Amino acid sequence: MVEPNQLVFTDEMPDHYIMDINEDKHEVALSAQDVEVYYGAKQALQKTNLKFERYKITSLIGASGSGKSTFLRSLNRMNDDVGTVKGKIMYRNLDINSSDIDVYEMRRHIGMVFQRPNPFAKSIEDNITFALKQHGIRDKDELAKRVETSLKQAALWDEVKDTLHKSALSLSGGQQQRLVIARAIALHPDILLLDEPASALDPISSAKIEDTLLELKEKYTIIIVTHNMQQAARVSDYTAFFHMGEVLEYDLTRKIFTRPKVQRTIDYVNGNFG
Amino acid sequence: MNAKQVDKIATGILYTIAGFVILVLLALLGYILVQGVPNLSWHFLTAPAEAFSAGGGIGIQLFNSFYLLILTMVISFPIALGAGIYLNEYANQKSKVIEVIRTMIEILSSLPSVVVGLFGFLLFVVQLKLGFSLLSGAIALTFFNLPLLTRSVEESLRTIPNLQREAGSALGLSRFETIGHVILPAALPSIMTGVVLSAGRVFGEAAALIYTAGQSAPALNFADWNPFNATSPLNVMRPAETLAVHIWKINSEGIMPDAAAVSAGASAVLVIAVLLFNFCARYFSKVLYRQLTSSK
Amino acid sequence: MDEIQEALTKTSKATKKDRFGRSVSLLALILILAVVISIFWFVASKGLATFFKNHVSLWSFLTGTKWAPGQVDAHGKPLVGAAPMIVGSFLVTFLSALIATPFAVGTAVFMTEISPKRGAKILQPVTELLVGIPSVVYGFVGLTVVVPAMRHLFGGSGFGVLAGSMVLFVMILPTVTSMTVDTLRAVPKRYREAALALGATRWQMIYKVILRAATPGILTAIVFGMARAFGEALAVQMVVGNAALMPHNLMSPSATLTSILTQGIGNTVMGSLENNALWSLALILLLMSLVFNLVIRAIGKKGAM
Repeated sequence: MVEPNQLVFTDEMPDHYIMDINEDKHEVALSAQDVEVYYGAKQALQKTNLKFERYKITSLIGASGSGKSTFLRSLNRMNDDVGTVKGKIMYRNLDINSSDIDVYEMRRHIGMVFQRPNPFAKSIEDNITFALKQHGIRDKDELAKRVETSLKQAALWDEVKDTLHKSALSLSGGQQQRLVIARAIALHPDILLLDEPASALDPISSAKIEDTLLELKEKYTIIIVTHNMQQAARVSDYTAFFHMGEVLEYDLTRKIFTRPKVQRTIDYVNGNFG
Repeated sequence: MNAKQVDKIATGILYTIAGFVILVLLALLGYILVQGVPNLSWHFLTAPAEAFSAGGGIGIQLFNSFYLLILTMVISFPIALGAGIYLNEYANQKSKVIEVIRTMIEILSSLPSVVVGLFGFLLFVVQLKLGFSLLSGAIALTFFNLPLLTRSVEESLRTIPNLQREAGSALGLSRFETIGHVILPAALPSIMTGVVLSAGRVFGEAAALIYTAGQSAPALNFADWNPFNATSPLNVMRPAETLAVHIWKINSEGIMPDAAAVSAGASAVLVIAVLLFNFCARYFSKVLYRQLTSSK
Repeated sequence: MDEIQEALTKTSKATKKDRFGRSVSLLALILILAVVISIFWFVASKGLATFFKNHVSLWSFLTGTKWAPGQVDAHGKPLVGAAPMIVGSFLVTFLSALIATPFAVGTAVFMTEISPKRGAKILQPVTELLVGIPSVVYGFVGLTVVVPAMRHLFGGSGFGVLAGSMVLFVMILPTVTSMTVDTLRAVPKRYREAALALGATRWQMIYKVILRAATPGILTAIVFGMARAFGEALAVQMVVGNAALMPHNLMSPSATLTSILTQGIGNTVMGSLENNALWSLALILLLMSLVFNLVIRAIGKKGAM
């Protein structure tokens, strides 16, 4: 368990520490190379280089406005309309930040779940099948199978299996968020991006989401933005610490929380903001 | 006089003004209904108008009004829907060009309807030689209707939270699919409210029609539904005086002896129609309200 | 390249659908713009022909008081003086707005500040309904009620500027009232609370706080009503008398731009001076509606500061 108060300050601490993942030993699912984000003339994210290992959970932590959500949303180009994203985002040896890439096709492989649950005003079942149908899956058995497995993976099946035709809006916030996760994984993406998926939920729902993530890790590469340091510590394998629009430290989660190498990280995980 | 006395006097004056206004408005409504409703009969609502003798009805004009309304909606709704979608879903909201476009639409909405009608007259009746016809009238009414309908579509779409759009994008759905399957269904009750309200406006419009759809109502053969025959009710190339135009026409140049009774009856029909449109609009907004409140 | 890489670099069905949707909806928008531009183009080219083709001077058109487009004056110049109609239009517009303003504002204040419950129950639906009543119905009521009443009260025919103003007053009253109600409702509640907490009476609060804060909105509502009155054709045409003469008093039959337009355009030959002169009147209407628009915008900008 993490005991941040034991962290100590030494004189020769570096400003930045970005761990490099050895691609011979570990499979990298996604890597950001010199990614910068501008909103108008304002730079919201400085050059960022991060690699994400396959079938692992990576947490992005930092204070509000530190650029972690901006970075996450750039990874499947949800920032296209609001800002300019420079640099390369490599996925399957392709730079998905280039104009040759079909954005909609790419997002089928790199899904995203948002802070506030956003189910469609449709039935629970249709919430999951809608996108599948649009992507050309018509076979009824296949659709039913995807509904069941995705709901099971999102740990929602037992609660809704008898009410699949009820409106998704009748579910509780926590259930809605798990439905949204089920909806995303029903597309069989490679990578799941989660933007503070539990921050709007009560502790019990939040704990359920965490369990769900740990299960999903076997099949998906997960990148999660969180405010909650305990959550990051509990679920993730790697953690990146963002501060004022740049990554200051990226390392194994246990190292970040026990032996961080950058002073700012120590302050943040100790709870000293200032 | 101290402040309290002034307050009392002012309150009294406000009561008087409000009372007077209520009186005027109710008297107006009451006058139209009391004068008009006794004239309403099945014969009046279905018989053709008489030019020189009493006892004529408003059958053809009533049919024309509804048919023209439907034609106008069929033409204007898709255009307004498209334009509203572009403005709210595709357009870059900060762009100067879009700002100019919005201003132009606003200007169109504030043009006097007689000017819109004259333009329709010039373009369709004179230049394109369509003659006084339902089609010319429907297009003129479309011009008159487009700006408000576009605005109401746009505003209906704006009430749908962005979260829904992001949900669609995150699932690899194109914006178009998300709009068609998620945003529009959610905005539908509100869009329908706008459509019904604009229908009331279109139904009662006359100034834009007198030189486009014309001021004559040739006899129709209600057994002939082939739109290509001259006397078919469905023919869109025939001149078609509507109810509102009829009221204006018989009052400004009518020579029938019962013009006052006919216009009173026709006015009552118009007002009742507007009432009905209003009730429908209220019904749709109630549905909308229920939808919104059941989601939380 | 594997299957996924290939799919990523190809144009997906979703992208194609999106391109389709974007183009179709853009087309609809362009269509509306084309309508606006062609209205201005057509009306302007027709309306300016009076000056460029028929060589009527702009000044004599705007100030001349004799409107008889078929005839010429002693100098052989056509008699196209639009001043009677311009004056008539402005007169009915200002008069109706002048009468409507106190009633509209008073009623709106009553509905929002004095008796919100009754306001919502009776006045709100009635005004909303009346906003939608067709203008010919107002014209008809004007013809059967207002004109005889004028005749009875002041003698003469009863047709004239005053009858036109009365009809327009009732017609714009619901519009101005409901727009004013919207502005008053938009005044933050804390303004009211702050004023009352300082010991102000209700009237002081209304007069010194609410109405001050809502002034730009109320002005917008009035100008909006004026724009509607200025552009209204049939209701006015039915009661104003339609004599293209300078109104020498409020009871004399006169004309407005719209009334002469609706009457004349069908009885003149396209391209003739008589016809072109009518289009010049339409052009004035068009420009005035632009002016009203600009005024509303200017008020909005000032209110935002």
